[in-house]
Amino acid sequence: MNANELTIAEARDALAGGELSAVDLTMACLTAIDAGTPLNAFVHATPEIALDQARAADARRGADAGALNGIPLGIKDLFCTKGVASQAASNILKGFKPEYESTVTSKLFEAGAVMLGKLNMDEFAMGSSNETSCYGDAVNPWKVDDRRLTPGGSSGGSAAAVAADLCLGATGTDTGGSIRQPAAFTGIVGIKPTYGRVSRWGIVAFASSLDQAGPMTKSVRDAAILLGAMAGHDPKDSTSADIPVPDFEAALTGDIRGRKIGIPREYRMDGMPAEIEALWARGREMLADAGAEIVDISLPHTKYALPAYYVIAPAEASSNLARYDGVRYGHRARLGQGDGIVDMYEKTRAEGFGKEVQRRVMIGTYVLSAGFYDAYYNRARKVRALIKRDFDEAFAAGVDAILTPATPSSAFGLGEMAEADPVAMYLNDVFTVTVNLAGLPGISVPVGLDAKGLPLGLQLIGRPWDEAGLLNHAHVLERAAGFVEKPRKWW
Amino acid sequence: MSIDIETARRVAHLARIRVDEADLPALAGELSGILTFMEQLNEVDVEGVEPMTSVTPMRLKRRQDVVTDGDMQDKVLSNAPDAREGFFAVPKVVE
Repeated sequence: MNANELTIAEARDALAGGELSAVDLTMACLTAIDAGTPLNAFVHATPEIALDQARAADARRGADAGALNGIPLGIKDLFCTKGVASQAASNILKGFKPEYESTVTSKLFEAGAVMLGKLNMDEFAMGSSNETSCYGDAVNPWKVDDRRLTPGGSSGGSAAAVAADLCLGATGTDTGGSIRQPAAFTGIVGIKPTYGRVSRWGIVAFASSLDQAGPMTKSVRDAAILLGAMAGHDPKDSTSADIPVPDFEAALTGDIRGRKIGIPREYRMDGMPAEIEALWARGREMLADAGAEIVDISLPHTKYALPAYYVIAPAEASSNLARYDGVRYGHRARLGQGDGIVDMYEKTRAEGFGKEVQRRVMIGTYVLSAGFYDAYYNRARKVRALIKRDFDEAFAAGVDAILTPATPSSAFGLGEMAEADPVAMYLNDVFTVTVNLAGLPGISVPVGLDAKGLPLGLQLIGRPWDEAGLLNHAHVLERAAGFVEKPRKWW
Repeated sequence: MSIDIETARRVAHLARIRVDEADLPALAGELSGILTFMEQLNEVDVEGVEPMTSVTPMRLKRRQDVVTDGDMQDKVLSNAPDAREGFFAVPKVVE
């Protein structure tokens, strides 16, 4: 076994025991990254930074070492990293090198982590297949025929890199499912924390009331370790919660006896593949076997989550992305004789933004424009309140966690959705988007393979701020499922 | 709700994104498709429901209204496509 194939927990123990050095571990990852070029997961490798950090970690080994001392991670391109390209996979941020470090990466470095480089993603995190990236598609390491498959999106590079053992774990962000859907497509674990658990400062904003960063890892234990290092109050993010961060790893007791698991009947969609239905049923049995009580619940406004999301997220995006004007950073279009400042804005944004980003900015502009604000934006915010109320009522009735499928299918082929209308791609988020709208924590756990041999995941949704309980439920599901398959190396 | 070419042109301009005339019909079609999808929201009874403003009920923290950082002009300008003499440079905006 190569060191890059270790989990974070295994590497931590090997490093602490002196059986492995952070430099050797980092070198193993850098070698895997070089060999992994066909996956197009890492788009800005930072080997010098990584080796410097690894050497520092080796020097620090011992009592004062942080929770992630010497652990090599990949960082989604959405995180601003000081002096290192941070483009949100967009041409409009070409050449942008922040003068500051995001709170999440600062905290990871304080905990001793090693940054291997920046990871591919959908442009501005808008997409479910990593096909809107200015770097080209990231590729799923899982492959069952001659097609190249999507790793999902928007955190597609993070998912591909973790599943292919190019790094021990990665950061992702999730606005409508962008951690959980790619985790499910690649057979790894991904958790979106409660809104406010992790600081958004220094993360390129997509939809600020929905965005939340979280870990993508090879196991639930690793997710607990990494989330513990990422979470916490930050005075620089006014929406970050000033509440203590529990020891998530210590919460993994494996005991969920008497816990109540809700099964929402509205998630049984028309035309849902039989395999997904069967997987969901198996998940229910696993949790029941572990002593949990399974109860049917109703979340009546589920059907309206996607349309509400596709009003609210583009509205916020159109506002957030107004800052890309060719003045302060990134790309500026070459101007013609007599071009004024409006020409500069319009040409810069037409050249810098890809098609999907342009579409969402324009939809957002439309729903916020005079005469339509009430009909679309305010109505969507009211429906959002009702979606949250559905969850509040389920939790008030004693439900501890909710079990659903993570995605409506396994990974599809790159390019297969190119001719479909944009709404067909949006349906990928059907099981995940409610969680963002309600601000809840949600985790995707790999549970099995479909008939084609591709991974499928289940999602658990927790009470607000109960990531600890949620991770423990996920830990039980993970153990019962016993998912150990890895993609066969073809790259 | 269907978006005509004139509306598509107006939205593109409001969003400050240059769209070629030839691309406007396709854009109008795509935007119409997405808006039709959103129209499902009209089925929901939202009578008496307040629009959500904050997903987690929390009071925003207050702080003293004082300068806490600054004096980093070079850093602020370091990524600008065109910075001159300590300023961002843009095309002429006043005739």
